[in-house]
Order: sequence, then C-alpha cells, then structure tokens
Amino acid sequence: MTVFTSLLAGLVFGLGLIVAGMANPAKVLAFLDLAGAWDPSLAFVMGGAIGVGFVAFLVARQRTVSFLGAEMKLPTASHIDRRLVLGSVAFGIGWGIAGFCPGPGLVALGMGEGKALVFVASMLAGMGIFELLERRRRTASTAQKG
Amino acid sequence: MTLDLNAFTPWSALAGGVLIGVAAAMFVLLNGRIAGISGVLGGLLTPSRGDIAWRAAFVLGIVAAPWAYALVTAWPQPQIDAGQGALVVAGLLVGIGTRYGSGCTSGHGVCGLSRLSPRSLAATAAFMGAGFATVYVIRHLSGI
Repeated sequence: MTVFTSLLAGLVFGLGLIVAGMANPAKVLAFLDLAGAWDPSLAFVMGGAIGVGFVAFLVARQRTVSFLGAEMKLPTASHIDRRLVLGSVAFGIGWGIAGFCPGPGLVALGMGEGKALVFVASMLAGMGIFELLERRRRTASTAQKG
Repeated sequence: MTLDLNAFTPWSALAGGVLIGVAAAMFVLLNGRIAGISGVLGGLLTPSRGDIAWRAAFVLGIVAAPWAYALVTAWPQPQIDAGQGALVVAGLLVGIGTRYGSGCTSGHGVCGLSRLSPRSLAATAAFMGAGFATVYVIRHLSGI
C-alpha cells in the first residue's frame, strides 16, 4: 500500500511542478535573476506548498505512526554545521547554472528531454561520488579508532 | 530589479505550490516520510532490503507526471538554455551538494520550512543565496 501511495505522492508532486511552471528551468532562472527581469512566481509556489505543508506537519507531529500504520520518520537533526551550509551552497551554485533542482530534473526527464538526461545522469554521478567519499571517511574514522 | 509582469504567473504558481504541498502532506501522513526528492533518490544508490520499492515508486511518479499532465492538456515544453558542459557541472554540484546538505528545494525548502526547522531555514537561505549569486555572476558579470 505504501508503495502505491508513494507513486501517487510522486505523481502529484510532479504535476504540481509542471502546473507551477517550475519544471521549466528558464522560469526558475527568471526567479533567481534578481538583477534582470524578475519573475517572482517561485516564491508563490513555495508559499502555496508551505501553507499546506504547515498544516500537514502539525498533524504529523502529533502521531507516532502514519494513517497507514507506517512508522513516522520525521527528521531529528537540528544542528547547523559546515556540511549543511557548504553542501547547500554547492547545490545552489549548480541550481543557478542550469535552473534545475532534483525534482524538475526528473520531470523534464519524463518529458523526454535529452538535456534533462544529461543533468540527471550527472546528478546521480554526484550522489555516487558523495557515497564513495562518505564510505572512505567512515573507513578512515573506524581505522583511527581501531 | 524590474518586475517582469508578463512572465509572472501568480495563480498557476500558487495552484502548483498547493499541489506540491498536498504531495508532501500525503507522503508524511500516509507513508510517514519527508518528501525530499534528493534524499529519496540518493537512498537508491545504497539499496537495502525493504527500502527500494517505495523510493523507486516515488521517483517513478515524478518522472511519469508529464504523461499524466498530457492526458488533460498540451504536452509541457521546458526551455533549457544551459549547454551540455554546464548541465554536467550543474548536475554534479546538485548531486554532491544536496547529499552533503541533506536536502534540496523539496526536503529543506518545502518540508523543512513547513516544519519551521531552523536547520532547513539555514540550508534554504544558503542554496537560495548561492543561486541568486550564481545567476548574477553568469548573467551580469561574466558577459556570456
């Protein structure tokens, strides 16, 4: 059941991105271009999403299991460290270069755009590099302790 | 700054945003999970038993969205101006950055801000700020 609701949530998420115009990198870049002809649409997308999300998370916070009985896995991390900030800055630079973040990249891939395939493949490679670096770091720290 | 009123689409932006909020609400209330696309996708690279199907289904739903959209109205047409080399660099930075930063526009931007998480606010400020700065440098300083 949760696999089906997962598919449905992904579908609604993707539809939201398309309706909002956010699967179109040119529109995202028009928001990020404060010094040019500025298109504030992305702020309205965030506003609409957060308005609904705020209520949903108020409900979620009161529960230990979901309405389908799945374990409620809400983030517990609250620290703001170098990893978080530098990682986010790197992401923001990439976002500013092409106008793609992960969701719109996947939606544009579904549209059959060759350029989106290049972006998504590179993004997966980046995520793979992260996993390799993390594995090396973990091995190094275990070796140190041992 | 000049406001581009011809490009500004407040109503469809708001409607699309509400749909995104509904998707995030469904995901947390039914599956008990944060709809963070980079995290869900990244988890597929180190698969563990019982942890693959829901992740793959969520990603598949997003990829299939244009097909569902086209059932009702015209096939959506994105405008991707970046060249191949720029797309590779952008993809690598987005992939590495979202995993080190533990989230992207959906996980930190939508879900994190909905939860009023200071950590997600810091991440969102960092990637938005970097996005603004990058576009400024590319469009207004580098003369490309």
